Amino acid sequence: MDSLQYFAPTTLQEAVQLLETNSGCRIMAGGTDLIVQMHIGTASPPAIVDIKKIPELNKLQLSDSDLLLGPAVSGASITEQADIAAIYPGLVEAIDLIGSTQVQGRCSVGGNLCNASPAADTVPSLIVNNAVCEIHGASGVREVAAESFNLGPGKNCLSEGEILSLIRLPKPVPGSADAYLRFIPRTEMDIAVVGAAVSVTIGGDGVCSAARVAIGAVAPTALLVPEAAKALVGTDLNDQALENAGAAASQAASPISDKRGTAEYRIKVVGVLTRRAAAIAKQRALQN
Amino acid sequence: MATHVKTTINNEAVEFLCEPHESLSSVLRERLHLTGTKEGCTTGDCGACSVMLDDRLVCSCLVLGVETEGMSIDTVEGVAKADKLHPIQEKLLEHAALQCGICTPGIVVSAKALLEKKADPTEEEVRFWLAGNLCRCTGYDKIIRAVLDAASVLREEA
Repeated sequence: MDSLQYFAPTTLQEAVQLLETNSGCRIMAGGTDLIVQMHIGTASPPAIVDIKKIPELNKLQLSDSDLLLGPAVSGASITEQADIAAIYPGLVEAIDLIGSTQVQGRCSVGGNLCNASPAADTVPSLIVNNAVCEIHGASGVREVAAESFNLGPGKNCLSEGEILSLIRLPKPVPGSADAYLRFIPRTEMDIAVVGAAVSVTIGGDGVCSAARVAIGAVAPTALLVPEAAKALVGTDLNDQALENAGAAASQAASPISDKRGTAEYRIKVVGVLTRRAAAIAKQRALQN
Repeated sequence: MATHVKTTINNEAVEFLCEPHESLSSVLRERLHLTGTKEGCTTGDCGACSVMLDDRLVCSCLVLGVETEGMSIDTVEGVAKADKLHPIQEKLLEHAALQCGICTPGIVVSAKALLEKKADPTEEEVRFWLAGNLCRCTGYDKIIRAVLDAASVLREEA
């Protein structure tokens, strides 16, 4: 580790060039995963490219059409903005659940996504909000939907030399809202045993016209569950519809058993959380 | 290769040399001898190394020294003014809210950050805010009472 090189580029172009010329280097946003991995010895990159000094990667811009979320923006700088929480309450809830106050001051949504933990709190919320990830590389720019960004535990879709440059969340149509719930055995400072995010759109007639359901920590990556959404769309989100969505989420889950919970337990809990998150999203949507 | 870093620490210009892999907590303690900041876990779990970085509460073990170029750092050493303790420090003493004391500097920095953001927090808000500051001695109740008490002192002073 003594030979570690540290780069702090100030433009995206410079960052891409550094990634190209430094094979095996790691991109660092808040560092709350990478620096821990370096401390405990599971990562020993030859070089780090710190992206926090790149103004365009620190963009945080809410407009009439979308939220532009730079991958280097800290969790705390998002959660303290009431206008963002009003539109994406579930996403902000998820960000607020990451680590401690101290960790929130550094961690980023982009890093949470790229770290590719199956239990990452923000990923199900990005998925239900139709987030699109913009990726820059030497050969240009491409876009990937949040649900396709991660490929497995610790593995994302970035090729060597590529960098996540922006997360774009379209603004929900009126009558929409999201919610995120996670289960942990304590109230703070833990990693999701199960997570569930739901977004719904309710029309003037009280019928759910669109829904998305995504679950975390119950498969190798966070999963979009179209069957759970189908159970909600076309209903007035009555108890039976919510129950059906929960059952679909349990059906889609393929968790492992580990120290945080058994597979059987996670399958049951993901159904409960999906049902409850859908109920919260419904209440919020009715007020929007 | 050692890098030359220019920062502001507790309102004074401070320059240091450090290797890219060195954490800010290690730089503070071993290169600058600001040993008020404690290192507990070095993985961002215990909060003993809490400092303010550009007015944002962070674990200094999860910051690289080289990252702090041009930034301002506030450590526990800057909390008391001359020979006068900060009300949070006074109240921690008064409530006997420390035993071994390793977590205390982190608690002071973290609680001060909370009270600057929110002058009248509820007990629940204090507990959530301080969830990242582990104390293995006190059982937390005295710490929480001391912070709430300090909050009321600070409100009276304001």
